[in-house]
Amino acid sequence: MLKFKSVSKWFNGAEGKVTALKDVSFSVQPGELLAIRGPSGCGKTTLLLAAGGLLRPSEGRISLDGQDPYALSPEQRSKLRARMIGFVFQQFHLIPYLTVRQNILAASLALPEEKASTQAEEIIHHFGLDDRINHVPAQLSTGERQRTALARAVLNRPKIILADEPTGNLDEDNARTVFGYLSDYVNDGGCVLLVTHDDRAAAHATRTLQMRQAQLAD
Amino acid sequence: MTIWSLLIREILHRKLNFALAVLTVIVASGSLIGSIALLKIHDVRTDQILEQKEAELRQSTAKLNDETRKAMLKLGFNVVILPKDQNLSDWYAEDYASKYMPEEYVHQLADSGIVTVRHFLPSLQQKIEWPEQKRKIILVGARGEVPNLHKNPVKPMVQPVPPGTISLGHELHRSMDIKVGDKVALMGKEFTVHACHKERGNKDDITAWIYLAEAQELLDKPDQINAILALECLCAGDEALPLIRKEIAAILPGTQVIERGSRKLARAEARTKVAEQGRMLIEKEKRDRQELRSEREHLASILTPVVVTACAVWIAVLGLTNVRARREEIGILRAIGVGTRHILVMFLSRHVLVGALGGAIGFAAGVWSAVYFSAAREGTRIGIADINLSWFGLLVLSVVGAAALAVIAGWIPTMIATRQDPADVLREE
Repeated sequence: MLKFKSVSKWFNGAEGKVTALKDVSFSVQPGELLAIRGPSGCGKTTLLLAAGGLLRPSEGRISLDGQDPYALSPEQRSKLRARMIGFVFQQFHLIPYLTVRQNILAASLALPEEKASTQAEEIIHHFGLDDRINHVPAQLSTGERQRTALARAVLNRPKIILADEPTGNLDEDNARTVFGYLSDYVNDGGCVLLVTHDDRAAAHATRTLQMRQAQLAD
Repeated sequence: MTIWSLLIREILHRKLNFALAVLTVIVASGSLIGSIALLKIHDVRTDQILEQKEAELRQSTAKLNDETRKAMLKLGFNVVILPKDQNLSDWYAEDYASKYMPEEYVHQLADSGIVTVRHFLPSLQQKIEWPEQKRKIILVGARGEVPNLHKNPVKPMVQPVPPGTISLGHELHRSMDIKVGDKVALMGKEFTVHACHKERGNKDDITAWIYLAEAQELLDKPDQINAILALECLCAGDEALPLIRKEIAAILPGTQVIERGSRKLARAEARTKVAEQGRMLIEKEKRDRQELRSEREHLASILTPVVVTACAVWIAVLGLTNVRARREEIGILRAIGVGTRHILVMFLSRHVLVGALGGAIGFAAGVWSAVYFSAAREGTRIGIADINLSWFGLLVLSVVGAAALAVIAGWIPTMIATRQDPADVLREE
């Protein structure tokens, strides 16, 4: 599903070249929850954004369902993201003026579907947000916000979920719930690439990789 | 979920930014529409003022005509008494009589007890060759007024020429380069110049006036005159002239009486003068209003572009503020697959909405301000219906123009939004 082949990424900053990813290679297959663990600043988020077609690598090749997203035009890449990828972030990134229902449906802006509304109802029910559909993010608990973000990520039935510290702001119960949803998703044939420094992730992952100083450790 | 519902919810969420942007467009559009409406109202008001002035002029001319007619009835008129055998055709052709009558006639008239005539002015006129100057002139001998013994003394209407002096018409003293006090010789007799008259544009310009007795001597017409001017004949009604003729004929059977100048002519002259003055006033009003319009137009041509430009800059600043506030939102929308085109439509639509709404309200505000301002300034309220202007066209212009202005002003912020790298925002966590 997702393949990284000798991917490197560096940035030219004021203090010279900063390497965020160095010769990273791995792959994730459907039915797999791959957790990449590592300390803050080791390049986990860069890896995730590169995987999502949002950050072009300086070197190497990324393949998503057999396609190199960076060989596509920006508009085609956007469509690819809408169709194949679901993003979940530590900060949730919900749109502050939209309700839970509208935030989930925001994913349909990129991929309009007649059934989007019905699907949203099902997902809302699945994530236990029925009594929160008309609340805006400021009125939700952190757990509810993350569930809303997760619901938005799965609305378009993506083939892969890219999750960046999805439990970083959650307590034990809520973290368990989120991991539970991600596991269900994998069991249904999806695949998840999870970057985290949370030790709890290992218990839910089908495979775990360590990352240190921009490289995957053996 | 559509881009439009997202747009409406965003506007409702950031009401202040949207309201400020709309208010800015209202100011820009209002100042432009207000200027146009104000100038149109000025034109309507000008037409109203001129119409009113013309009506006033017509009224005052009619009133003055009536008053002049009444005054003329009271004022009396002038007649010339000529020798009975004077051929009137010759008199009209030459403007002086070729026949003579005794100077004594004027005394008979003054002593007769006639009450309808207030002033008597005997004269002797003849066209002569001025031998010393070798040129033709009209010589008039006059002696001033003979008092009407049966009337209260009144101020003489014509000042006499003293004996030994001469008064010269404009053409005579100008061509001879003569001033008051100079000495001139006429038919061998020396005269001191008593007066040099201004140009009158008639035969008076080639006339020389001397004392009657001296004229009689020079023309060898002792005790003879050829006209008596009777001034301010007081007799009311259209039958005045026959009555005076009858009275004078009874006293001086050897004479004939003709009216000098007509009352109708005097009335017409008065009317013409009033009409001319009125026209001048209207012309002045027209010039003043045109000047005021030019000033207003000039002011609007400077102020409006300045206001519109300032508003465009402010809309751009508000647009940038909006884009900055929505960085995270743009980042996540891009991450979930919303393309550049959708982001462009989302931001441009917001600017179009700001412009269209501001343009519509600005149109109403501009028109209302112009009507209110002109009413406060000129004291007269001019309704929209009175102004010949395509209001619908102006509304369309305001809405479309304001939308275009908002889009142009918001173009840079929109471009910034579409080019924003979502990775920059998402990596900031």
